[in-house]
Amino acid sequence: MEVVNLQDLVRGIRNHKEDEAKYISQCIDEIKQELKQDNIAVKANAVCKLTYLQMLGYDISWAAFNIIEVMSASKFTFKRIGYLAASQSFHEGTDVIMLTTNQIRKDLSSPSQYDTGVALTGLSCFVTPDLARDLANDIMTLMSHTKPYIRKKAVLIMYKVFLKYPESLRPAFPRLKEKLEDPDPGVQSAAVNVICELARRNPKNYLSLAPLFFKLMTSSTNNWVLIKIIKLFGALTPLEPRLGKKLIEPLTNLIHSGISVLPPIPAPGEGVLVPRGPEWVSALAMVLTAVLTKLSVAVLISLSSGMPNHSASIQVRPSLGGDHGVPHLKYLGLLAMSKILKTHPKSVQSHKDLILQCLDDKDESIRLRALDLLYGMVSKKNLMEIVKKLMTHVDKAEGTTYRDELLTKIIDICSQSNYQYITNFEWYISILVELTRLEGTRHGHLIAAQMLDVAIRVKAIRKFAVSQMSALLDSAHLLASSTQRNGICEVLYAAAWICGEFSEHLQEPHHTLEAMLRPRVTTLPGHIQAVYVQNVVKLYASILQQKEQAGEAEGAQAVTQLMVDRLPQFVQSADLEVQERASCILQLVKHIQKLQAKDVPVAEEVSALFAGELNPVAPKAQKKVPVPEGLDLDAWINEPLSDSESEDERPRAVFHEEEQRRPKHRPSEADEEELARRREARKQEQANNPFYIKSSPSPQKRYQDTPGVEHIPVVQIDLSVPLKVPGLPMSDQYVKLEEERRHRQKLEKDKRRKKRKEKEKKGKRRHSSLPTESDEDIAPAQQVDIVTEEMPENALPSDEDDKDPNDPYRALDIDLDKPLADSEKLPIQKHRNTETSKSPEKDVPMVEKKSKKPKKKEKKHKQKERDKEKKKEKEKKKSPKPKKKKHRKEKEERTKGKKKSKKQPPGSEEAAGEPVQNGAPEEEQLPVRGTSAPPPRTCDIRGSLQEDSQVTVAIVLENRSSSILKGMELSVLDSLNARMARPQGSSVHDGVPVPFQLPPGVSNEAQYVFTIQSIVMAQKLKGTLSFIAKNDEGATHEKLDFRLHFSCSSYLITTPCYSDAFAKLLESGDLSMSSIKVDGIRMSFQNLLAKICFHHHFSVVERVDSCASMYSRSIQGHHVCLLVKKGENSVSVDGKCSDSTLLSNLLEEMKATLAKC
Amino acid sequence: MIKAILIFNNHGKPRLSKFYQPYSEDTQQQIIRETFHLVSKRDENVCNFLEGGLLIGGSDNKLIYRHYATLYFVFCVDSSESELGILDLIQVFVETLDKCFENVCELDLIFHVDKVHNILAEMVMGGMVLETNMNEIVTQIDAQNKLEKSETFIFQSPRQDR
Repeated sequence: MEVVNLQDLVRGIRNHKEDEAKYISQCIDEIKQELKQDNIAVKANAVCKLTYLQMLGYDISWAAFNIIEVMSASKFTFKRIGYLAASQSFHEGTDVIMLTTNQIRKDLSSPSQYDTGVALTGLSCFVTPDLARDLANDIMTLMSHTKPYIRKKAVLIMYKVFLKYPESLRPAFPRLKEKLEDPDPGVQSAAVNVICELARRNPKNYLSLAPLFFKLMTSSTNNWVLIKIIKLFGALTPLEPRLGKKLIEPLTNLIHSGISVLPPIPAPGEGVLVPRGPEWVSALAMVLTAVLTKLSVAVLISLSSGMPNHSASIQVRPSLGGDHGVPHLKYLGLLAMSKILKTHPKSVQSHKDLILQCLDDKDESIRLRALDLLYGMVSKKNLMEIVKKLMTHVDKAEGTTYRDELLTKIIDICSQSNYQYITNFEWYISILVELTRLEGTRHGHLIAAQMLDVAIRVKAIRKFAVSQMSALLDSAHLLASSTQRNGICEVLYAAAWICGEFSEHLQEPHHTLEAMLRPRVTTLPGHIQAVYVQNVVKLYASILQQKEQAGEAEGAQAVTQLMVDRLPQFVQSADLEVQERASCILQLVKHIQKLQAKDVPVAEEVSALFAGELNPVAPKAQKKVPVPEGLDLDAWINEPLSDSESEDERPRAVFHEEEQRRPKHRPSEADEEELARRREARKQEQANNPFYIKSSPSPQKRYQDTPGVEHIPVVQIDLSVPLKVPGLPMSDQYVKLEEERRHRQKLEKDKRRKKRKEKEKKGKRRHSSLPTESDEDIAPAQQVDIVTEEMPENALPSDEDDKDPNDPYRALDIDLDKPLADSEKLPIQKHRNTETSKSPEKDVPMVEKKSKKPKKKEKKHKQKERDKEKKKEKEKKKSPKPKKKKHRKEKEERTKGKKKSKKQPPGSEEAAGEPVQNGAPEEEQLPVRGTSAPPPRTCDIRGSLQEDSQVTVAIVLENRSSSILKGMELSVLDSLNARMARPQGSSVHDGVPVPFQLPPGVSNEAQYVFTIQSIVMAQKLKGTLSFIAKNDEGATHEKLDFRLHFSCSSYLITTPCYSDAFAKLLESGDLSMSSIKVDGIRMSFQNLLAKICFHHHFSVVERVDSCASMYSRSIQGHHVCLLVKKGENSVSVDGKCSDSTLLSNLLEEMKATLAKC
Repeated sequence: MIKAILIFNNHGKPRLSKFYQPYSEDTQQQIIRETFHLVSKRDENVCNFLEGGLLIGGSDNKLIYRHYATLYFVFCVDSSESELGILDLIQVFVETLDKCFENVCELDLIFHVDKVHNILAEMVMGGMVLETNMNEIVTQIDAQNKLEKSETFIFQSPRQDR
């Protein structure tokens, strides 16, 4: 098969314009064939093509495994292709991504800087929380790499690591800080970049870095760094006002020096590919950022010192007004204004005309910015004017997007801070009504919500609102748009509700009732019809009351007849809600009709249906109701039934429910007989039931009266209503009225003032002749009472629910100045990277490889230990069933030995014979990973605690050879004390199969359970891993010996202990005691404790100077207490434990650890 | 942070797409289409900043773009980036492409999208600006190309596609 490269593929696609999809699917088939080949070059080429197809929108996730294969190629060319494909297509959901951990680690420690670089770049795109946790330490080491190229990449990627694994921030921060002063400008810039990103989210934690950044700002010449630092200071100054004063001078200098390098500003959108040098832009960017920050700083200072500062506005003006030809600057000027607006609104408000002018700009970006500014600029005084201006724009606007944006902005502006700026709600209602004439808007719902909100909360406006709404209901133009989803017809929802709820304010209720019962209404969306039906009854109830009070019995009956005539059109509705409500109400009205026929007054009872007032409830009210003390919402009220029972019950319940539901859908007349029969039966039953309270006898004939659908008289209504809504006052009129009103008000005030002044002594002059009136002077037109939303009593005043719990940056809100606690170390300890070339085994395979069979695959097995954070101790009472949730327990094991395809090389026995001391991983000698050595196979082993005397050992097997490993079996020679849990029926000598196969370069984890009898002594178990290695040349059966070492420390579980409990434990006297002393220790006490905590799973109970008490507990419940004292050059450890053997063994292990300090 | 970098031509055909947040292939195509729609309808002499991409981003994000001959270079960034700074970065990117491809044109990007990715990787890493110094970028690219050449190719055709 001829191999097609990327260029051929692109050319092919361009040549098949008509049947591109077909051609590409053909290509994908070819690619699949290529991926099956063993030649890595062919594979890489195929992956390269896939990356291109991914850009065109083709899913390539099926090739994830092949991508990993190409990533693990030894050649940089291929590796780069693999990592690029991974960065384009991998994400957290990619399941094979966990297989990359070891490959990436290997590449990170590669001697070639470009291998490392390409791995870092790739990782930055697809890092997951697991990868971040496992590789954090490797990357941290790279931050001090000798090559700046690696350093800057490692520094930058740390931000991604922090985001995915926030625990790494504190341990890594000191080194990150160090990099701010790196000699290489690239590294420095990367560090500034990372810290600025961090500080942007949680600035207060980075205040202590201010002096360092101050120094950088005055010394750096890199515009990029300067921009970032200036932005950072912008975020810091609000927290520390003193900073502002110091910043003014350097910022001014920067602005001046920046302006001096500025060449003339070019026009945007230059069509040439390579115009001028980039300096001007970055310099300009820097200057602008500096100007901005200086302004906000200046404003801050002026605020804190209480002096008015108007220079801010004057300085922004040139950037906005002076450079009319440069839209970039216009945009940035508006952006700047919106920032200043937050701190100093007055200075921006004076530019209102300029900003309103920007609404006419042809550039939508600038218009939107200006709109944004207007939001912050409105006051009681200018609201009407601004909204009027916006309304004219709404009329002019082309394109629904911008018009919708205008609409939402108008509503936002008016409704902000609880309608603070609205002085005349009649005006606002009329604005809303005017907005309903917009065609094709998506925001009908928004307008409806506003109408409801205003009508409910501003009691004084209800009368007006109701009259407007009834006019809306009467007009036909809204009904016309009913086909559109969320269109303007949503307004009818609000209109119907308001007219129904506040029907007492209606002037012509009968007219409105008829409008709501028109046949055209049935074309509205279901939820609106449902509201119509409900509110028709409210309206009906109030009409009934009016008529009855007026003694017009005939009028009342006529209304009832209207209802009976028109309601059936809703009963037929396809919408269940409408149908259900209409059926209920129809029956109710018919009942009323009968009562009316007998001249029974019914109005009281009918209106009682809707008695009481609905109060607005805050949206968060429910959440804020405090849970009463002693109420456990999670507790069962009744214990749930057992599984078997509920299984039996479910099908029955389903059946039962179905049966119940069916009659509802049937037309009522179909089962008349059935109903009558049932009613009879029920009556019979009720009669026989002595506890049933009988209702007063009333005529119960409604079922018989139900008319068939055919009998409904269809009334034709003439719908030739003019589109212009008659009787709707224009909002413009209100503006005029309002102006007049204000004028009058002012005059009156002035008059009053004058009178007062005349009364006062003439010497006292007041500044009553102010040319402008302040906001406070404008009294609202109506005495409005804005009802605040109800909150439950003793609501919790917390604002916590405003924060998004999923915000990834919240996790990074970490106090960085606190000293690092022991528990905060990165989970993968340093020995992972430093473990190292000392390995004696490393040389063996290399020599052999070179001298004997250079092509032979070799496998080397090595083992590493992996420490897992341990969680709280499990209670012993837990059920004997093996639990899924295991407590991770450190344990380690060492597998060694290497082998060649045919026979066991000499020396492997020896190598296999070295167990590793638990808790002393620094000394562990491990073969070097990945460098020049042939790919070995590693076993990462970690243990996790399962039962009180069971331990789970997790063995990570990694295939570092080029063969596929199959049929793996693990056999362990049991000792008296420790046994491996095997499947039932297998003998002690049988191997336990490993439940997976390993293709080259892949690792996977298998878990095995061991039962330990006594934990007071360390254990060593010998074992063998047998497997079949298969490659092109055939398959060979191979074996590998290893040893598992269970140290005493590995049976301990870090358990926190309070000092009083600790003291009690010591006093109890049933602990045996032992002690050790180690000399020649230079390590700090803090680190020493950290080491003990980490390797031996203790927790610090209390620390006083150079003396600390520590506590831990074994999996079998032994208490272990330590008193660690540091002398001049020595450390003494006194231990107390409920088992003396365990204690002495533990202390021995500890001695070995401490000896290395 | 940079959320995405897109290059497409005057007809909206993607020439390079780099997303620094995970999106499905379908969403990526939608984003490219939407961005093209937003950017292409703008006049030549309006500002190069644009808010309101619905699919990518949200309120904090904006599109910063430049139009060169037949190609649009669009960066989607959040508020931590300086608008003019990103315009500058696009310029650096284009100039670097020009140096590496010697008089770059759309065809270079069409046939060598992998190389464009490699150049971009030296400038932006995981959405953060890595290097803005053009000489440094070109040096690293050259060194990597040399390394690539030193590794023998089995399948590479000798043709040069331009």
